[in-house]
Amino acid sequence: MADDKDVLRDVWFGRIPTCFTLNPDEVTEREAEAYYLLLPRVSYLPVVTDKVKKHFLKVMRAEDVEEMWFEYEGTPLKWHYPIGVLFDFHASNTVLPWTITVHFKNFPDEDLLHCSSNSVVEAHFMSSIKEADALKHKSQVINDMQKKDHKQLWMGLQNDKFDQFWAMNRKLMEYPTEDGGFRYIPFRIYQTLSDRPFIQKLFRPVSPEGHAHTLGDLLKEMYPDALTNDGEQKRYQVLIHGIEPLLETPLQWLSEHLSHPDNFLHICVVPVPTD
Amino acid sequence: MPVSLLWAVDVYGRVYSLSTAGQQWEQCRNSQMEFKRVTAAQTCCWGIACDNSVYLNVHASDLPIRYQEDTYENQRWNPVDGFSDRLLPSDRWQWSDSSGLQHQPLNGFQLPSSTWEWEGDWHVDENLEGEPTEKEGWTYAMDFPAAYTKDKKWNSCVRRRRWLRYRRYKAMDTWAKIPSQQTTLPDPFSDISCGGWEISEEPGGRLSLWAVSLQGKVWFREGISHHNPEGSSWVEVPLPGEVVQISCGPGDLVWAVLWEGQLLVREGISRDNSKGTSWAVVESPNPEVGAIHVAVGMNVVWAVTKDNKVWFRRGVNSHNPCGSGWISMVGEMAMINVGLNDQVWAIGCEDRVVYFRQGITSSELSGKTWKAINVPRDGDRSHSSASASSLHSAGCFFSGEVRAPSVASDAELDIEHPPGDGAIISSAVLEEEVVPGEGEVNVLSSDAITCTQSGGPPDPQWSNVDLEEAQIQHVQTGAVPDSADSCSLSSVATYTLALEDQYGADEHPLWAWVSGGGCSVDSHSQLNWFNSMLQSVQSMSLSVSPAQTAAWRKQIFEQLTERSKREMDNFRHYEQAIEQSVWVKKGAMQWWRDWKPHKWIDVHFALEQFSGADGNKDGILFIYYNYHEEKKYLHAFINEVTILVPVLNHSKHTFAIYTPERTKQRWPIRLAAATELEMYDWLALLSVSCCDSRGIQGPPSKQAIWSITCKGDIFVSEPSSALEATPYPTPCDQMFWRQVGGHLRLVDCNSLGIVWGIGYDHTAWVYSGGYGGGFFQGLASSTDNIYTQTDTKSVYIYENQRWNPVTGYTTRGLPTDRYMWSDASGLHECTKTGTKPPSPHWTWVSDWAIDYSVSGGTDREGWQYAADFPASYHGFKTMKDFVRRRRWARKCKLSTTGPWQEIPPIQLSDVTILPCSAQSSVDVVPLWAISNKGDVLCRMGVTLLTPAGTSWLHVGTDQPFKSISIGAASQVWGVARDGSAFYRGSVSPSAGDCWYHIPSPAKQKLKQVSVGRTSVYTVDENGNLWYRQGVTPSYPQGSSWEHISNNVRKVSVGPLDQVWIIADKVQGSHSLSCGTVCHRLGVQPMDPKGQSWDYGIGGGWDHITIRGNSMEPSRICLSSMTDPSPQAPRSPLPVRSTESSSALNLTM
Repeated sequence: MADDKDVLRDVWFGRIPTCFTLNPDEVTEREAEAYYLLLPRVSYLPVVTDKVKKHFLKVMRAEDVEEMWFEYEGTPLKWHYPIGVLFDFHASNTVLPWTITVHFKNFPDEDLLHCSSNSVVEAHFMSSIKEADALKHKSQVINDMQKKDHKQLWMGLQNDKFDQFWAMNRKLMEYPTEDGGFRYIPFRIYQTLSDRPFIQKLFRPVSPEGHAHTLGDLLKEMYPDALTNDGEQKRYQVLIHGIEPLLETPLQWLSEHLSHPDNFLHICVVPVPTD
Repeated sequence: MPVSLLWAVDVYGRVYSLSTAGQQWEQCRNSQMEFKRVTAAQTCCWGIACDNSVYLNVHASDLPIRYQEDTYENQRWNPVDGFSDRLLPSDRWQWSDSSGLQHQPLNGFQLPSSTWEWEGDWHVDENLEGEPTEKEGWTYAMDFPAAYTKDKKWNSCVRRRRWLRYRRYKAMDTWAKIPSQQTTLPDPFSDISCGGWEISEEPGGRLSLWAVSLQGKVWFREGISHHNPEGSSWVEVPLPGEVVQISCGPGDLVWAVLWEGQLLVREGISRDNSKGTSWAVVESPNPEVGAIHVAVGMNVVWAVTKDNKVWFRRGVNSHNPCGSGWISMVGEMAMINVGLNDQVWAIGCEDRVVYFRQGITSSELSGKTWKAINVPRDGDRSHSSASASSLHSAGCFFSGEVRAPSVASDAELDIEHPPGDGAIISSAVLEEEVVPGEGEVNVLSSDAITCTQSGGPPDPQWSNVDLEEAQIQHVQTGAVPDSADSCSLSSVATYTLALEDQYGADEHPLWAWVSGGGCSVDSHSQLNWFNSMLQSVQSMSLSVSPAQTAAWRKQIFEQLTERSKREMDNFRHYEQAIEQSVWVKKGAMQWWRDWKPHKWIDVHFALEQFSGADGNKDGILFIYYNYHEEKKYLHAFINEVTILVPVLNHSKHTFAIYTPERTKQRWPIRLAAATELEMYDWLALLSVSCCDSRGIQGPPSKQAIWSITCKGDIFVSEPSSALEATPYPTPCDQMFWRQVGGHLRLVDCNSLGIVWGIGYDHTAWVYSGGYGGGFFQGLASSTDNIYTQTDTKSVYIYENQRWNPVTGYTTRGLPTDRYMWSDASGLHECTKTGTKPPSPHWTWVSDWAIDYSVSGGTDREGWQYAADFPASYHGFKTMKDFVRRRRWARKCKLSTTGPWQEIPPIQLSDVTILPCSAQSSVDVVPLWAISNKGDVLCRMGVTLLTPAGTSWLHVGTDQPFKSISIGAASQVWGVARDGSAFYRGSVSPSAGDCWYHIPSPAKQKLKQVSVGRTSVYTVDENGNLWYRQGVTPSYPQGSSWEHISNNVRKVSVGPLDQVWIIADKVQGSHSLSCGTVCHRLGVQPMDPKGQSWDYGIGGGWDHITIRGNSMEPSRICLSSMTDPSPQAPRSPLPVRSTESSSALNLTM
């Protein structure tokens, strides 16, 4: 049987084929061709779209260019969510490649955060990791790391260096055997039905009686609508990295193996496609 | 750590055991008897039952306890009858012992007791010191007593032959009564304690058993050993007072408690005198309150005083068995017991719960806290809550005994006046919590009394009534239990029935006695004893069935694969968002420079990694150094690195990097990191990098070649199909080795992927299918199948002395002499305080002790004598001896992780697995082994899915074996301790029927054997490699030994009859290498002996097995290549041992 290590590798090397097209409203000097790219699921849009920007700038006048942003079927894409989450949440079950529209003006300030440079992404990424470690280890692990170790995590993600990233990240995934898991599981549940961007609460990997909590236990407590009751038609898909793990999967294992590099388990609950 | 048992007796006298891996007390069902006390060792458990007899429960083992009886039949020649049993009147008996002085007819041998049985009938021994004799086993001599030979000569006037018969101990896993000695034992025993197995190096089974009688006398059981588990007789030990209780530790500590409350310490216990010589008195910890209980371990003494306070004795060790002072500990206990590793268990005086002392380490012997062992008992559901309640009353009875000195000392007097102490008992009861009784109380508590009468009133009838009265008062007075008025029995039933519902979750068993003498835990042990409810995710996933585990995991694996297919397969031509770049890791290190004078110099070290053209990762190592002020660098391509070897010692954290070129030169790149952690970080990184560049990942394949260094590090290499090709095999020095976690002394495998290893401490391990472990963490290691592994070995130093006419032997040597404390060679000074464990991974676990098990023998103080240093030593002093030495040993222990699971409990010294061809489908794989006592064992139930097998089958031999190997045709070859070989045919599917004796090569004693498809190779004690000539299907024993090579340490013959050895003294262009992997070239079906050696990795290699590699080489059939000119045979040259200090030598 395959080893759990392979899961980490598969998660890291997940790619979404994407077709970038320029918003037709943009003023161009000549027609802009679509640009095709394999986007890493675990990365962030600003980190991986330098080439996209370069491509479209070739056909545009410098004075028409403001901050670049992306949109999918009318929804601005939040750069601070991992790409895989954006795809699973907005575009799962669509035909590939994923078609993203590129904008250079009319930045939707009410929907998106500004991102002037990659250092903003880095700051966001590191604060996520720190938040996750606060939940997992009361910040003990991340605080024990040196500045260069933090850098290594970020550089690993930025440069798509699996080994470099995991050489450090494994420390964040350790826990005392006698505890049976982390203190709390860092997770976020994204759902379509609410105004809240996502659900994030305290949830332990092990019940007070000593049973390992499963994905099902988490959803039952956080978002019971996502579960299918007996006799009902399945209404929602529970997606992590584009797959639907069984509800009896232990949460601790999921947290260790299917978390994004920011150390959060991002769970998307999307309606089952009707057709 | 092997699974072992904690033993306990509840207040009913039922005996329970709790496994270190378990979560439930298992009742010892086969005892018909209730027990008062038990005392456990690892191999057995002794107990006093309520019939006051001593019982022994020997744990069943696949290795039987058998004893060889022998006797000699003597005959003399006369002209009329030839050889006959008519002897001269001056001659010995016709049947005698070896010396001829004892008359020993065959029918004179009796079984020592009913627990023994004969294993077969008498048979003749046909082996004389490794030489087979004629069929009838006669050996001849000119006269008695004389040297006997196997050949009959013209002057052979007498002859004799040896008859053998085995008897076997049959009372396994059952309580066998030790026959009492009516004449010498006037009164029954009340306490018993065993220990002392550490005082001699004799293998398991020897122990000291001490007992206390009701009259306060102390007895010692003589003659307990592996072959005689029951011992032979009780001997009274004179005493200065009357003893109530005694405790014997695993070593030389024995303490006892006197009636008056002082403690006695036995002095003078040694290897030669396990009974000791005298008693010393130690005062009770509290002058006002006497001691009531004592428990000793290796280096600790714990005591309980009559007020139930717990005390720890400071400063106790072999040299000072009395210790120096008492420390008061937290907790109130009824009794205490010290087990293996000085771990402590106790029974709470109030709650009667078994407590484990947490946090005891060799540096913190008093531990940290008491932790209640909270696990259910088997059958807890079956006996009603009534038992728990009535148990409580019995528990009170016990606490009365322990707590009130008057009860204890009165007990004996009370024999005539049993009702007398009712009041005292009830007062004890009244201090307990309110515990209502129940309807069944009568029956149950009388049970409790019958089993717990030790030291108490011996008349169960009377005490039974007393107790019930006590309980009744107790029940009636309820929350205000201060009245001791008596009341009627009838109230019990009415009152208690009403309260039946009160028993619920918090009921717990009440314990009377606990013994950890067989329970091997230490501060690292993971015990599931304390909260039976909580289970970690890991243990969860272990406990659920594999199918269940697979369901969600499998789902994830499948979906991820599917996802990759869906999202990526059709889009491979898309550009990647992130371009791959070079990644560099740099560090500062020291480098053992290549030019003379060799020394460590500071260098900058860098690893540059990049993706190669084909997507494979690759890298280059750079070492930047200064040479005469000029900056220079040395580099090595990662894909050329063949092995990374950690060479850790106390002064430097170094590792060696080999390439094929450097393997040839015997001159690796040696680097030293600043810290151990840094070294391991680098090693793990480099190792991953090397594996990546070669496309190696995951666990070793089934064909893998395993090898072990003299440090116990394990390496594995993936063979290419060209490895055994003729005429152009892959050169040995190009093999890539990667490390696998764990620590072993030897390993064997076959091509089905079954791998077994044996540690330095003779523990058997089976490969779990994982990879990594040890310092490989994260990605370089599998998450599953990695387990903790421990190993123990001894470090030896020598004390040297010279004789001078004035003072005799002194520590003052001649100026030219060796150090007075040295290593075996005498060249290096090794003092007791200055000698460190082999590497920082090892920690001392014992103190220095004289080692008597040195070859050549020793005198009573461990000295060996010789005319001068260095010389051959003997164990007695002669007139010509002017120097002497003795060996000191100290044990150290290592704890690491690796893909190995322990196979308890039998310790092994050799193991062999049937070599299979790649296609063969064998269901049950024959696996043979030698126990560390020399027994030949055959493992049952070894299959692909259960590589650990199920149990051992013992195969009888007339003498101990030391090496064994099984060939592809199910032929087993063994080497016996006398250096001769034995052959046994067709051992599969049955274990075969008999051994054929094969003498060793002339004047050589064989040491090791390895059998491939048909080839049989052996190595003798002088390092010669021998090939067995003339082995044919019709004559599988072969005809003679042919010498192949010298300087050979070990041989491994594989399923293709390929031959690999570990050779000594291999010459390189830079230096000499001991312990080198060598491959026999030119081995072909018509030429199984091969032609020459090819040299591979070396410098401290100890073991190799190629028995997994059944990959047939690709045949090259070009006619021009079929007749290669044979290379000049390169035998490992006998170069004199000129130690080249620059060579990488792992033994340093």
